[in-house]
Amino acid sequence: MKADPAGVLTGEHYLDGDKACAEGALAAGCRFFAGYPITPSTEVAERISERFPLVGGIFIQMEDELASIAAVVGAAWSGVKSMTVTSGPGFSLMMENIGLGAMLETPCVIVNVQRGGPSTGLPTLPGQADMMQVRWGSHGDYEIIALSPNSPQECFDLTITAFNLSEQFRVPTFVMMDECVGHMTEKVVIPPAEEIEIYPRRFTKKKPEEYLPYAYQEDLVPEIVKAGDGYFFHVTGLTHDERGYPDMSWEMQEKCVHRLLDKINKNAGKIFIIEEENMENAEVVVISYGITSRVALRGIQLAQKAGMKNIGRMRLLTVWPFPEQRIRGLASRVKAFVMPEMNYGQVVREVERCAAGKCKTILVPHGGGTVHPPETIYQAIKEAYQ
Amino acid sequence: MKVDEAEKVKRKRKLISVEENNLEHPLEPWLRMERIPHIWCPTCGIGTAVTCFIEAMKKVNVPRKDICVVSGIGCSGRIAGYIRLDSFHTTHGRAIPFAAGLKLANPRLHVVVFSGDGDLVSIGGNHLIHTARRNIDITVLCINNFIYAMTGGQLAPTTPPTAIATTAPYGNYEHPFNLPLLAASCGAVYVARWTALHVRRLTKSIGEAFQKKGFSFVEIICPCTTLYARKNKLGTGLDLMKFYHDNSVIAHGADPKDVDIQFQSEIKVGKFVDIEKPCYLDNYNQYLKQKLGDKFKPYGVSDEEKH
Repeated sequence: MKADPAGVLTGEHYLDGDKACAEGALAAGCRFFAGYPITPSTEVAERISERFPLVGGIFIQMEDELASIAAVVGAAWSGVKSMTVTSGPGFSLMMENIGLGAMLETPCVIVNVQRGGPSTGLPTLPGQADMMQVRWGSHGDYEIIALSPNSPQECFDLTITAFNLSEQFRVPTFVMMDECVGHMTEKVVIPPAEEIEIYPRRFTKKKPEEYLPYAYQEDLVPEIVKAGDGYFFHVTGLTHDERGYPDMSWEMQEKCVHRLLDKINKNAGKIFIIEEENMENAEVVVISYGITSRVALRGIQLAQKAGMKNIGRMRLLTVWPFPEQRIRGLASRVKAFVMPEMNYGQVVREVERCAAGKCKTILVPHGGGTVHPPETIYQAIKEAYQ
Repeated sequence: MKVDEAEKVKRKRKLISVEENNLEHPLEPWLRMERIPHIWCPTCGIGTAVTCFIEAMKKVNVPRKDICVVSGIGCSGRIAGYIRLDSFHTTHGRAIPFAAGLKLANPRLHVVVFSGDGDLVSIGGNHLIHTARRNIDITVLCINNFIYAMTGGQLAPTTPPTAIATTAPYGNYEHPFNLPLLAASCGAVYVARWTALHVRRLTKSIGEAFQKKGFSFVEIICPCTTLYARKNKLGTGLDLMKFYHDNSVIAHGADPKDVDIQFQSEIKVGKFVDIEKPCYLDNYNQYLKQKLGDKFKPYGVSDEEKH
């Protein structure tokens, strides 16, 4: 299915990442937005509040982030593509209903323009320290999808991708931006609507009497309905059976929760977006995501100038699910992974786990507030090369 | 009624059980019969409130498929699981914003939040007041049993002064909320209170609240025999109903600030507020149309999205 032209601002623009993200949501067909102002994500909400009345969408500024995410999950069950946007403390407040979204298998998009933490931290400055929170932040076992753009253009593109993946896998999907990307202004090209591919909601064609809200399908993603169509369906945050009815047995817990994990993990191949360069003869691979990937590029250039030619570059546009197999495969033939992150070591734990001691894993940490000095990445590459 | 008499009634009820006699339950098809028996204790008032709700829904001129029920967490939170409508059992305190999202995303729906006092007024209090302020067109039915029942009888924001709760073992020394005053002062256009004894009046009131455009709020005082009555030595469910009978005063139009409830005090019931005010979506569409003219595209579900 192609994008609805009403929401697509086709042309070349000069936009910051936040506004590009808002345009991505519009292009993806998002027509419900509930949010609460918080730096550095507010510009997304501002842009949406201006644009939605012109395209038949509805914007509501809620009383807090708990209400925002609850309204987004509710709106999704009315059949409308819905989104919220937040940063740091607001993201923490959303955790419980992110779990509800995952448990009810609700397609929706949550954007986190990351800032320095913990607590109020650095409200106006970047961080990448919510990467484990997005993966594990709500209680219980579940899987989500998280993408990480490194430019305003990608904020536009990956927001569309996030909507598409959330529909395809019926899962809350996250766009993990950061303050730098959110406030950086660059050229953004918005293609014509007919060039934008949209994954439609997987509405069931079954009759109400045949339909089970959580029936097990081959690809593990059940078909969905929406309120008001006469299905008289029930959904609950409790552990539930295929009818959506509560069942407190351990057997049902295993069945219900395991599928939530499997539907992402077993379909991970369809979800990964990874950019790779110079991997053929790589002795050292620099792995990064988001804004840090742009600094990593500079670090690699410095190393290449110093004569280290075989440096591979891997950029994770999809951070969760994590490309475990790819990292395992590389670990047996490279000397080391170097991973700069704007935190004190989060996604690097996954790299290290997958490397399983077969090669070195070197973290280049940074507490946030600004990007890494490229020299720190260069130094790490040099160390790895030895 | 003594215990042995109650036992006889129970046996008699068993004899005329639905299955054995192939009878249709009077609330079919509105109940999810496959989920019955429900989890509520004998003499709990929630079942009565559900019956009143369903009886009210039978009379409103709205297709059943357009009615949604959203509940939060707690004994009353389980209501959504038993009613055969599009029904949502959400998280603690967030039934109202979930319902607001559901309603705003598809204004054709009639959305009812059916939940408890702890859920709606304590953890969800912020959402209650702001949704009332915005006058979002939903109906909130608040079961008030003066206690956190699902978790075993802890202090609620509605627990009357001096009443015992498991986390107020010496009695409650906090000031409780007066729910009609809270709802009215935040902007609700319809506010009423009944007890589980007033089944006909409650049924009528639920119907009115449901048909009222804007944020409507009905408080339903319900007996909790297992916890509230037992902890406070108030007797059986029947004793509580007798108490409601002897101590409820119908006071339509009473000023909500005069309807607070003290421990075993008189309970003022009735319709306290019934006013007209534009609701959130009307304001959204009318104001933006005026500001933006033809550029404005009023909100509604497009044909394409209807599938």
